[in-house]
Amino acid sequence: MTIRLTTAAAAIALIFAANGALGADKPTDPQIAHIAYTAGVLDIEAAKQAIATSKNKAVVEFAETMVRDHEAVNSQALDLVKKLNVTPEDNDTSKALSQAAEAKRQELAKLTGAEFDKAYVEHEVAYHKQVNGALETMLIPAAQNGELKSLLETGLKLFQGHQQHAEHVATELK
Amino acid sequence: MSAVRVRAALLTLLLGATAAPSQAETIKVMIDRLVYVPTEIEAKPGDEIEWINKDALVHTATVKGGADVLIPAKRSGRLLLKESGSFDYICRYHPNMKGRITVRP
Repeated sequence: MTIRLTTAAAAIALIFAANGALGADKPTDPQIAHIAYTAGVLDIEAAKQAIATSKNKAVVEFAETMVRDHEAVNSQALDLVKKLNVTPEDNDTSKALSQAAEAKRQELAKLTGAEFDKAYVEHEVAYHKQVNGALETMLIPAAQNGELKSLLETGLKLFQGHQQHAEHVATELK
Repeated sequence: MSAVRVRAALLTLLLGATAAPSQAETIKVMIDRLVYVPTEIEAKPGDEIEWINKDALVHTATVKGGADVLIPAKRSGRLLLKESGSFDYICRYHPNMKGRITVRP
């Protein structure tokens, strides 16, 4: 399991690294909006799976926070793209994120009880770590619009909190 | 009720009303981008804390084994301080948000 989790995390890291390394292919604001929104939606879906599967109070409460927070941030993102008259643009990073999430969803669907809880929470730690890394090194520096940049910065702060929260729940599960 | 008793009751109400609330204060704590500002506050019993949430996220002010105030997004939440002591609190949803209230008589 640990190996598979690490692989998933590495895959996400590679996706972002590849995008970053291309330099000239820095994501545009419509692409950044799409990536950030997609990352949020995927985490909400993972959280809903956890709420339906887990019997652990700390895990369910964490997942409920993920739904609440990511829905709030995504609704702000939608308001912003509407205000800026920007159409979020699908791109390879968004597609790769969705594919990795689907693989993870299927993997988690085979697990129950403590095994599921551990795998879900460990994935949440890895996922937030990778998304936060991407925000810090690629998405925030590349964002051109000031309001988009500011929303991403608030998101980063929030998701760093999520990462710490997930790490704390992971320690409790051990 | 006789006129005397009514007058006595009124007097008690008036005295009561002038004595306590004139000293009690409402202390405002802002929540901005997942931080309580100020982080540490000093108060006295009878004071009230009002957390004003500027974030688009739901927060709480939760003392372990004690008070639990829900602070909805873009709204506020209040807590009346009854006992003296020093209380560390966190947001249940975002446990990295931390604050402290010191209540001295």
